Amino acid sequence: MQYLPNILFAIALIAGIGFFAMNIRKLTRNIKLGKDINRTDNKSERWKNMIKIALGQSKMVRRPFSGFLHIIVYVGFIIINIEVLEIIIDGIFGTHRIFQGFLGDSFYGFLIGTFEVLAALVFIAVILFWTRRNVANIKRFLSREMKGWPKNDGNFILYFEMVLMSLFLVMNATDLAFQQAGVGNPISQFIAPLFDGFSPETLHTIERTAWWIHILGILVFLNYLYYSKHLHILLAFPNTFFANLKPKGQFNNLASVTNEVKLMMDPDADPYATPETGEEEVVPEKFGASEVTDLNWVQLLNAYTCTECGRCTSSCPANLTGKKLSPRKIMMDTRDRLEEVGRNIDANGGTFKDDGKQLLNDYISPEELWACTSCNACVEECPVNIDPLSIIMDMRRYLVMEESAAPQELNMMMTNIENNGAPWQYNQQDRLNWANEE
Amino acid sequence: MIVPTMAEMMAQGKQPEVLFWVGAAGSYDDRAKKISRAFVKILHAANVDFAVLGTEESSTGDAAKRAGNEFLFQMQAMMNIEVLNGYEVKKIVTCDPHSFNTLKNEYPELGGKYQVYHHTQFIQNLISEGRLKIDETTLQGKRVTFHDPCYLGRANEVYESPRDLIRRLGVNLTEMKRNKSTALCCGAGGAQMFKDAEAGDKEVNVLRTEDALETKPEIIATGCPYCNTMMTDGIKFKEKETEVVVKDIAELIAEANNL
Ligand code: SF4
Ligand code: SF4
Repeated sequence: MQYLPNILFAIALIAGIGFFAMNIRKLTRNIKLGKDINRTDNKSERWKNMIKIALGQSKMVRRPFSGFLHIIVYVGFIIINIEVLEIIIDGIFGTHRIFQGFLGDSFYGFLIGTFEVLAALVFIAVILFWTRRNVANIKRFLSREMKGWPKNDGNFILYFEMVLMSLFLVMNATDLAFQQAGVGNPISQFIAPLFDGFSPETLHTIERTAWWIHILGILVFLNYLYYSKHLHILLAFPNTFFANLKPKGQFNNLASVTNEVKLMMDPDADPYATPETGEEEVVPEKFGASEVTDLNWVQLLNAYTCTECGRCTSSCPANLTGKKLSPRKIMMDTRDRLEEVGRNIDANGGTFKDDGKQLLNDYISPEELWACTSCNACVEECPVNIDPLSIIMDMRRYLVMEESAAPQELNMMMTNIENNGAPWQYNQQDRLNWANEE
Repeated sequence: MIVPTMAEMMAQGKQPEVLFWVGAAGSYDDRAKKISRAFVKILHAANVDFAVLGTEESSTGDAAKRAGNEFLFQMQAMMNIEVLNGYEVKKIVTCDPHSFNTLKNEYPELGGKYQVYHHTQFIQNLISEGRLKIDETTLQGKRVTFHDPCYLGRANEVYESPRDLIRRLGVNLTEMKRNKSTALCCGAGGAQMFKDAEAGDKEVNVLRTEDALETKPEIIATGCPYCNTMMTDGIKFKEKETEVVVKDIAELIAEANNL
């Protein structure tokens, strides 16, 4: 009986981490459904970006208020993990505050004191975040795509943080020995009087309860991540590492098109040439993207990393002028569809069974795609280097090259380029007339 | 106006210092043609040995690429690269950020490798080499605001060259609330220039013009023929034509120097 808590703890820990690992495997499987793309060049710059942007939060502070609050929560989150380490050791071995004896009262007190201050700061930051989300009428939290789950998801995590931080402080406040030591309780000493007059046994029960809910809460939180935009706390790192390093204006070159254009332009090429023996009749490649599996894995990683913060959308000229396009929605749709495809694969024993749906039309409409000015504001703005524009462009390519479904005026523009070498209907021979006018 | 072509240069056995890529807008659009002419005046004033392709120039394919037509883009690119490589072109300057971006970033993979300059960068070089001076008295004290073209700014991170030139005009440069990397698009990019906007409650160029008007400018400076058109339309929409003009930086320099 004596070891029951330890055993229960170990079971909870293994179950929590095991379930999480299972979901992570699903996540990587889904991301790998994307096309291959090489993003391992220039490693030193990639590491630098990751350290600057994911670890250093450099793009967060472009909006100082939310950036500052975010840093508090982020630093709090990371540092309090040292405390979690102690909890885990205590839990497994049935010890109590093992680091205290280990590190000595004063240093331990200093550490826990820091955690308490951080916990209080996080608590305040989270309250401010909650107010911004729910009370202050900030446009990017009220967009169409932020109804239902995305809105609740944002709030759930804030409640989670509030509860976890409170439990941590209550746990300290009801730990009689810890309070009596008088070190490391800068915040909890003010909570302790709430429990004045409780018997030591009751106090101990409260302390144990808070301790247990705290650690179970952390395990639940860990597993909640996969279903939430809060996955970004993990994926921001690989995402910034694998982000595009080329100039933002440079759109990728479709090599498959290059081959065909070269054939078309080469007068010696024989279009009816039979493939050489042994060479397989290759399936013609699909140009552009109409489904998540046509996108590359970085684009899919982007979708899982998106924090739904809406910074992209709030700087998108199309969105600002009331058009349907919202780059955040592009990312959310991509993730939703990818998840759906993943569930389909799981349900059908490892292979995708046609469900009559795809990313284009069922999630993202051509109207949204055609409203984009390719201005790169969304890409610039994203705090974790997501590139919504690349998805928009790949889908336009599908619309134009596979379905010939460009808006009529664009078809005219393209015909003009083909026939006159200019988007307008002017004669190529008049190209130099400007020099002699005036 | 003397605008030599590469073909003429070749006939004389000469290789100019730089090729001026005029672009479709700069060649055909009435407003943009003025920018091309202003830039040529500057080139002449600085004694730059340049040439254009003239009738051998064709669309870079930028608009086709942004519209999603990679086929058409690559055909245009390969045709242009053949011509450019045929003339052994090394250095290109253009007043159009879209051509600039495409030639600089998207042609290399298809075999066209050149040093490409936006005209504001090129003029800045002329000044630092002592080949050109800007008269800072003509426009002195005018209130000017600069609209960053997306394909020069965010797309290629050229923010300083245009600003440096504007400051040299002796004017009072004021920034809009959204500027440099946070600048708002004029609404023309991504082939939007050639189609009606999707349903919304405002046109992008009007919103951007409002940004500009907040700085109470006398001049809105631009560095892109499409931005120029969009901002000019915006000013007309706001009925401010009598108070505010939209000018390319090349035009402002030509004006300041009485070219
Ligand atoms: S690139 Fe397109 S989606 Fe992104 S901000 Fe500009 S218009 Fe919006
Ligand atoms: S794409 Fe980036 S900026 Fe846009 S909502 Fe997602 S995380 Fe925020």
